[in-house]
Amino acid sequence: MTTDTLMLARQHLLAPAGLGEADLHSALSCLLGHAIDSGDLYFQQRRAESWGLEDQQVKSASHAIQQGVGVRAISGEKTGFAYSDEIVMPALLEAATAARAIARQSGEGQLRVWRTPQRPALYPPLDPLETLTAEAKVQLLERLDVEARHQDPRVTQVMVSLAAVQDIFLVAGSDGTLAGDVRPLVRLNVSVIVEQDGRREQGSSGGGGRVGYGWFLDEDRALKYAREAVRLALVNLDAAPAPAGTMTVVLGPGWPGILLHEAIGHGLEGDFNRKGTSAFTGRIGERVASPLCTVVDDGTLAHRRGSLNIDDEGTPTQCTTLIERGVLKGYLQDQLNARLMKMAPTGNGRRESYAHLPLPRMTNTYMMAGEHDPADIIASVERGLYAVNFGGGQVDITSGKFVFSASEAYLIENGHVTRPVKGATLIGNGPDVLTQVSMVGHDLQLDAGVGTCGKDGQSVPVGVGQPTLKIEALTVGGTQA
Amino acid sequence: MPEIIPHPTAPLPAREHLETLVADILAEARTQGATAAEAAVSFNSALSVTVRLGEVETLEHHRQRGLGVTVYFGHSRGSASTADWRPEAIRDTVQSACAIARHTAADPYAGLADPDRLAREIPDLDLYHPWPLIAEDAIILARECEAAALAFDPRIRNSEGGSIATQTGLVLYGNSHGFCGGYPTSRHSLSCSVIAQDETGMQRNHWYTVARHRNDLETPVAVGQQAAQRALRRLGSRRLSTRQVPVLFAPELARGLIGHFIAAIRGGALYRKASFLLDRLGTPVFPEFVTICERPHLRQGLASAPFDSEGVATADRDIVNGGVLQGYVLDSYSARRLGMATTGNAGGTHNLIVEPGPLGHEELLRQMDTGLWVTELLGHGVNTVTGDYSRGASGFWVENGAIQHPVHEITIAGNLNAMFQHLAAVGNDVDLRGGIRCGSLLLERMTVAGE
Repeated sequence: MTTDTLMLARQHLLAPAGLGEADLHSALSCLLGHAIDSGDLYFQQRRAESWGLEDQQVKSASHAIQQGVGVRAISGEKTGFAYSDEIVMPALLEAATAARAIARQSGEGQLRVWRTPQRPALYPPLDPLETLTAEAKVQLLERLDVEARHQDPRVTQVMVSLAAVQDIFLVAGSDGTLAGDVRPLVRLNVSVIVEQDGRREQGSSGGGGRVGYGWFLDEDRALKYAREAVRLALVNLDAAPAPAGTMTVVLGPGWPGILLHEAIGHGLEGDFNRKGTSAFTGRIGERVASPLCTVVDDGTLAHRRGSLNIDDEGTPTQCTTLIERGVLKGYLQDQLNARLMKMAPTGNGRRESYAHLPLPRMTNTYMMAGEHDPADIIASVERGLYAVNFGGGQVDITSGKFVFSASEAYLIENGHVTRPVKGATLIGNGPDVLTQVSMVGHDLQLDAGVGTCGKDGQSVPVGVGQPTLKIEALTVGGTQA
Repeated sequence: MPEIIPHPTAPLPAREHLETLVADILAEARTQGATAAEAAVSFNSALSVTVRLGEVETLEHHRQRGLGVTVYFGHSRGSASTADWRPEAIRDTVQSACAIARHTAADPYAGLADPDRLAREIPDLDLYHPWPLIAEDAIILARECEAAALAFDPRIRNSEGGSIATQTGLVLYGNSHGFCGGYPTSRHSLSCSVIAQDETGMQRNHWYTVARHRNDLETPVAVGQQAAQRALRRLGSRRLSTRQVPVLFAPELARGLIGHFIAAIRGGALYRKASFLLDRLGTPVFPEFVTICERPHLRQGLASAPFDSEGVATADRDIVNGGVLQGYVLDSYSARRLGMATTGNAGGTHNLIVEPGPLGHEELLRQMDTGLWVTELLGHGVNTVTGDYSRGASGFWVENGAIQHPVHEITIAGNLNAMFQHLAAVGNDVDLRGGIRCGSLLLERMTVAGE
């Protein structure tokens, strides 16, 4: 399958410029001839569109094409990088010349024979922009507006956005890697404002994945986003100020798994650990979570937003165990950091585009299901917070402190979910937080396909997931001290 | 032999070339039937170097082009963009925009800026001071910066590196009212991020300097030492118990609070009624001592612009005077929706200046007496619709005006509306490194959540 996508990538990226394998060879030779251990060329074309509805009408939309080639030269721990937004041989050689300037002495680099990784495809190489007509896209958005407004008369604003990207790339490495992929990605979001007695609240819901637009029509997914956005906004209309302080927190299944992304995932990325700047540095084999916790990063889930057939260095993705029954097992690696740490790459080398350098990044990060009934987990809490929806999060890798912000939360009183409370930021310490997990539900869910992770100014789509979790002590940043 | 790249950042293309491109795009839009059109063409070039533990880690050459067009068929519009400047790409891009415009609904508020608001004279704001920095010299400066941090104290044990970046760009905007304007800009920065470590653990911190002209950058040694000091002072951080206290925001964070204020008076948030500052024009939003003005024409200003991203002339104005909200932040579209006139803020604000108060940092600590001095924030827990604010924080616990110890793993929470109303003081310790110039902000009371 990857051979087919490689063929597609060649047709789109190399053929129009009249480039062949011999040209890739000479560009890589130009890199290596100059004292470089290894290097790669990354050709990319990305087509994107977005459609937006507000005031019950689709009034704005845009289309964008981005293409270019990034050239990377590596010498020990040094990386030289240059790129061009023209895919033609002179620009390629110019970029190679700029990138190779990183090296001073003669290097050991040697070109290898091409090889292409083989694996079954996780998603079809389709062009999602073409999977619905423009009329049907407009109709879909208008239908969601009607559906949202139909839910409740307190809805005053409905905003819907629909977006698709087709990302085609080809990577040629001096190690002989010759790989390509065609990645579709769609995203739909419904956001509403509700108003009652002068108080306004917002709610938003959405989803997506590596599929065509038709996926939103299946199982009424799109309509459910519209209903969910309104439900969330209405819950917040009734919300009381959130509590402040350290308490028992029950996290709902699915998107609250952003906990794992912030508290665990980033700290296990290879670059931070190679440099010794992560709070998890040197802790492989140690207990960092309760024995109930097993956490993985899995790039191989079919059609998921965070999944990749191959990463941006051509390494096939895999399911990497990060924590197994509470014990720290492994890091997420790209090629550079894997080599420097004498470990194997894990298929986590990702870049936002040809104009960015690859970094170790997450794919879909989630915790395995446990044995508890979610109802029993709630019933076990005398007083605490039940947080089921979240906005974003952030982590300080070095100190390990992380936050994630609840957008739908309730008080738990005497084993029952009672009143909704306003959104609040939760803060904890990455290496400790999972040691506080005392119950894990059997209800593992992955998120709806909405996550975007930022690192070093680069954004990539990711997924998260988890079952219902009980954390004995976590700090809740409300206003009610 | 070390190889030296003679031209560190690619030279900017001739301005005439970009003017021709803009004209070609607008002509193509007319040919394809658009009743009006606007286009922007951009070119950026940069060199960046990171040195970590004395060795070069990355050397990056950036060079990026862009081209964007919006076409109008009456009141229906469509937009498209590409990085490809060839004639056939221009044709395809305009075609994509036109295809979209055939499907979007007519929006009576959509359209170009009113012709009488377009900039007629374009003042030279002195924004272009390219730095012919070769890679070898960039490496020396980044290394010097990091070395100053590493040598500062034996507890500086690790580093994420010293970095230097120099960037130049040229953007041209034109529309079918006959406007075409553009100007080159430069931006240079030097930064350092290091890790301090002792028996209490590791703490990271960073510092940076940024300017249009290289002579206005802080020295590499100053940046490195500041990064080291900031990492060191975090060592031994403790938690706090949950409490309500005054909070002093350091200038680099105070800017963010003003940013939340601006987000709430932006046209888009207002016409959607998605703001906690609806219908507040002419009413007090801050205490009387607060004045916030916009000064778009500051020479070498980091957010200076002679006109906004739809060609509208920018001008000095007060946004807050005596605590009272004087104006919103509008582009032509949101202004028409609100029945108002654009404020020349398509694309954002241009040098916001919060008038400094009389007190410096030390005096503000004394005025606060007992409370939290926040020096870092974590997360994005800010709701512009309600004003609810809840974010992770670290900083220092202060008693009797004196710093007691660093704190971390706490949150601070409140509501922006009340936080602004109960602002106690603006400091004179202004941070000049951005589009919002603001000193420390002392807030009367927030909830700190901790142990």
